[in-house]
Amino acid sequence: MPWLSTLMAVPVVGAVGVSLVKSDKLAKQLALAVSLVVLALTGVMAARFDPALGASKETRFQFAEVYDWIPRFGVHYGVGVDGIALVLIALSAILVPIVILASWHDADGTGAAAPPKRSVKTYFALLLVLEAMMIGVFAATDVFLFYVFFEAMLIPMYFMIGSYGGAQRSYAAVKFLLYSLFGGLLMLVAVIALYVIAEKNTFMFPELIGVIQDPTTQKWLFLGFFIAFAVKAPLWPFHTWLPDAAAQAPAGAAVLLVGVLDKVGTYGMLRFCLELFPDAAKFFTPLVIVLSVIGIVYGAIVAIGQTDMKRLIAYTSISHFGFIALGVFAMTTDAGAGATLYMVNHGFSTGALFLIAGFLIYRRGSSQIADYGGVQKVAPLLAGTFLIAGLSGLSLPGLSTFVSEFMVLLGTYERYVVPAVIATTGVILAAVYILWMYQRTMNGPTAEAVKGLPDLNIRERWVVGPLIAVIIALGFFPKPALDIINPAVDHTLSNVHIDNVHVNPAVAEKKGAGQ
Amino acid sequence: MESPAEIIPHSGGVIGVSWLMIALPLIGAAVLLLGGRRTDRWGHLLGVAMSLASFVVAVASFMELLGLDPEQRRRAYELYQFIPGVADMGILIDPLSISFALLITGVGSLIHIYSIGYMSHDPDRRRFFAYLNLFVAAMLLLVLSDNYVGLFIGWEGVGLASYLLIGFWQFKPSAAVAAKKAFIVNRVGDFGLLIAIFTVWTTFGSVAFGEVFGKAGEASQNTLTAIGLLLLLGACGKSAQLPLQSWLLDAMEGPTPVSALIHAATMVTAGVYLVVRSGAFFEAAPTAQLVVTIVGVATLLAGAIIGCAKDDIKKGLAGSTMSQIGYMMLGAGLGPVGYTFAIAHLITHGFFKANMFLGAGSVMHGMNDEVDMRKYGGLFPVMRITAITFIIGYLAIIGFPLLSGYFTKDGIIETAIEHNAILGWLAVVGAGITGFYMSRMVFMTFFGKRRWADDAHPHESPAVMTVPLIILSIGSIFLGGFLVLDNRFMQFLAPAVGRPEELPVFHFVSPAGLATLALVAVGAVFAWFRYGAAEVPRVAPRGSFLTTFARRDLYGDALNEALFMRPGQWLTRIAVFFDNRGIDGLVNGLAAAIGGTSGRLRRVQTGYVRSYALSILFGAAVVVGALLYVGNM
Amino acid sequence: MTTHYLVLSALLFAIGAIGVLTRRNAIVVFMCVELMLNACNLAFVTFARQHGNLDGQLIAFFVMVVAAAEVVIGLAIIVMIFRTRRSASVDDASLLKY
Repeated sequence: MPWLSTLMAVPVVGAVGVSLVKSDKLAKQLALAVSLVVLALTGVMAARFDPALGASKETRFQFAEVYDWIPRFGVHYGVGVDGIALVLIALSAILVPIVILASWHDADGTGAAAPPKRSVKTYFALLLVLEAMMIGVFAATDVFLFYVFFEAMLIPMYFMIGSYGGAQRSYAAVKFLLYSLFGGLLMLVAVIALYVIAEKNTFMFPELIGVIQDPTTQKWLFLGFFIAFAVKAPLWPFHTWLPDAAAQAPAGAAVLLVGVLDKVGTYGMLRFCLELFPDAAKFFTPLVIVLSVIGIVYGAIVAIGQTDMKRLIAYTSISHFGFIALGVFAMTTDAGAGATLYMVNHGFSTGALFLIAGFLIYRRGSSQIADYGGVQKVAPLLAGTFLIAGLSGLSLPGLSTFVSEFMVLLGTYERYVVPAVIATTGVILAAVYILWMYQRTMNGPTAEAVKGLPDLNIRERWVVGPLIAVIIALGFFPKPALDIINPAVDHTLSNVHIDNVHVNPAVAEKKGAGQ
Repeated sequence: MESPAEIIPHSGGVIGVSWLMIALPLIGAAVLLLGGRRTDRWGHLLGVAMSLASFVVAVASFMELLGLDPEQRRRAYELYQFIPGVADMGILIDPLSISFALLITGVGSLIHIYSIGYMSHDPDRRRFFAYLNLFVAAMLLLVLSDNYVGLFIGWEGVGLASYLLIGFWQFKPSAAVAAKKAFIVNRVGDFGLLIAIFTVWTTFGSVAFGEVFGKAGEASQNTLTAIGLLLLLGACGKSAQLPLQSWLLDAMEGPTPVSALIHAATMVTAGVYLVVRSGAFFEAAPTAQLVVTIVGVATLLAGAIIGCAKDDIKKGLAGSTMSQIGYMMLGAGLGPVGYTFAIAHLITHGFFKANMFLGAGSVMHGMNDEVDMRKYGGLFPVMRITAITFIIGYLAIIGFPLLSGYFTKDGIIETAIEHNAILGWLAVVGAGITGFYMSRMVFMTFFGKRRWADDAHPHESPAVMTVPLIILSIGSIFLGGFLVLDNRFMQFLAPAVGRPEELPVFHFVSPAGLATLALVAVGAVFAWFRYGAAEVPRVAPRGSFLTTFARRDLYGDALNEALFMRPGQWLTRIAVFFDNRGIDGLVNGLAAAIGGTSGRLRRVQTGYVRSYALSILFGAAVVVGALLYVGNM
Repeated sequence: MTTHYLVLSALLFAIGAIGVLTRRNAIVVFMCVELMLNACNLAFVTFARQHGNLDGQLIAFFVMVVAAAEVVIGLAIIVMIFRTRRSASVDDASLLKY
């Protein structure tokens, strides 16, 4: 059974169905049902996935399908997943139904100070189309196909921000589109150059590994890919589109934007930058690590100074993306696996933060922190879940983000001590921005305008509940995810040809020397 | 010196299910938090039951451990793989961890029971018990874990519980601020602990206690010193030692049982546990050990001085807690003998300080939540049980002969003098100051003239509150002697922390002991003249420079504000400005430049046919010229 | 021998070009365009003669046909503009701009 094609086809067909049905309510229900079908299919697929096969070159990508698409140029419709792609597809499949449920009224124009009513059906159809593309971009094993998905993903998101967003939506949407296109075009140049220079007459990723040998060529092509991914992720200093886009997008779209779309950037670094251009990756590692560490500290400091909840969450994400990029380029198994797990966990924790902030904004009609205060008293459940989501944002042990952040820092420390130490200060800053925001919005005397705000209703509980359950479950028992990720990361790093991907204890070394 | 025993894998028996100690209160917390209002009616009972059940498991495990040969008393077992290849969730039951477990669950259960009465009027009592249970679970994870990662999870877990409980009355801005402050200052310490864990991992290739301590001697001196100092930073954060002490006094915003359980008896002593547990590193790094003792002495003096000037009874006790943990830290920096006294003092302190905090809570309960001691006075006749138990705690803490504190504190002081005379005698001075400020507290509260507010009707608290007080005060009387005499506790702890070559003999008459007693007596008498015999003004007098200094917490907050907060705020503002105007300005500037250029450029489209014709002509001329040029080449 | 014809062609083309650039009346501009076209025709024919083949002649016919078609549409446009705007000046019809 063509699992991955089915996974993409179901939401596309669903999107058509959603746009054809008569009533808005039916459209929503259909969209939710379709996304749940995708989730179920993903679950079955994940259960059939065998992590042990990841070690071998031939069976690395499972559920692989390869068909010719443009034979003249060796372009294929090639899909398949390894452990890294699988967990990210699972992340998308879990987030979409949650986002659909959370966005139930976002296009209705019913919230306090919401934008006017727009086509509800279109919104949910766009969500489903976006889901298909998110799955496609992670599943693509053909570089050209990856590029196509990479760019095509922008379009549904552009419309979701541009037509359903807040007051500044068109500015934010255009900024988002132009930024991403700029990066994407650099990548297109690099993709074509890769094809031409490799002279393999194929865009299939597995066949392109290790083909480019010349260091200078590697460096230029690396930059082409890397800048695209750094804009997407976003890394400092390419980040300024994110706060605008995330703050203006409706909460659900912001979750998918920050939770999944941006992961394509860090995923691309791990998959393409490292494996296709290993020498260049090693050459640029110091630069990337510096950018990441700056991003971690800078994002956190700027987040502290934000007055708008959604912008604040967006800046915390910039800090977190710094951690992910740091983990990718530390090039140790612990850091790489940590970074991959971080991508997943960050999707859940930031998703929860954005959605709960969205519920709050839907009620009160403002995203300014100063407009709130003492919400805990009137809506304890909302405040409690917001606190848990926030705590996972500051990587509290026992919540999933801790595992990944710990592994990234630990793995980085194995190789680069000073950057790891500086990055660890992010732990302190995270406590400042999260708890200060929580204190200003939820604690203290109840603000006049907040009085009488309803607590989470049943639908919203179903949105928040699964997210928090996943965050806690992965926090105490990350092994299932790590067992899938670890072999894939090991394989990736083996293609980069570095020694010491595992910790090399100083004391054991001494012992060995003594014998 | 005899090194600690090997850690032996274990299965079966009560110890094999000792993880229930953690699981039971965790289940309690989960049920109470998820159950919501439905559990309001019986929530507090469930909380107490879970804590007591945990205590039962702890006692049973303790008994089973006692049944083993002393060299066999370090048992560890794996629960499940946590981060494959890095850390597993595992439980280590050894004399050190079981001592803590007994203290946490025992004193914890008493405080749970007390809270039923203390929180009876609070609409959120269920939530309070949920948090208390969460705390007990996290604290047990901290002490029972067999590796640093598990310890760290518990470490942050107690930080979370502390945050939630300090901010329990979150509608009070001061409580919310204090909770946040506690968490953030603790995070500074956690930063140190995290880096320490990373260093341990890269040095030894493991984070499990069983593997790393045995190899401690093989690492380089610099590495060990670094690990020691980083662990100490973590310990300073959690245990409110200088320079991370500032959060503890603000933490008194929490309900009083919280102050007793978390900010006196258990959580704040986690730093001492960390240092003692990591003894192998510290013993191999004398520099780090010296810093531990210096921090301990500095804090014990600072805490004592702060305690002298506080009129808020809880803050006075908090200063005292700081100071007493300073003693423990001092002991923890002195090797196996010091460890024993430090942990013994930690346990007795857990009893008498919890006793006094709960006593203070009982007083507040009867005085409409008044905390200002200047509005107390003459309370002895109206609340006799509270007063007597408080006074027992008081006598224990100042080291009145034959009470608990007398044995354990004296042990630390004697050991310190042997190691380093200056630090030891400074600790003696600290004991003298303790005598003063604790006497001041007792005299201001229970004796002298009544200075009550007009609407105050002080009364004795119900039995559910006084019975825990009585039990704690019994411990405050006898526990110290039981542990220290015959070196009972030292023999018991030896498998976990090592055994010194010659066991110390407790001298009832020694120069340091006599000097301590004399200084304490001087302090107490001085306090009697100032606060017992003389009139205490209801409004605090301005006081000398020294008083102000102490009242302002030795300017710790001012220092933090000047050094970190204000520069931090500026940095934040600058960063936000730079982001909006600098980076985003550059981007938007680029966009504006392109927009502007195209705006100019489009003016070429005038709409006049002639100008188009001219440009066509010009273009044609250029093409022709180019052709001619190429043709002539 | 054919140089004179080419010079004449160039002169006619230049006159036409200057006329297009300087005159405002649409009809005159139009005539100038025709003049330029016919200058080209003259050059084509001359070159055909010079090279001794019929290519130039052929193209000249093409140009005439295109010019005729152009005149039909062009004059129609000019008449329409004159009707709506009461002016045959090319400068008045400058609405299609930035």
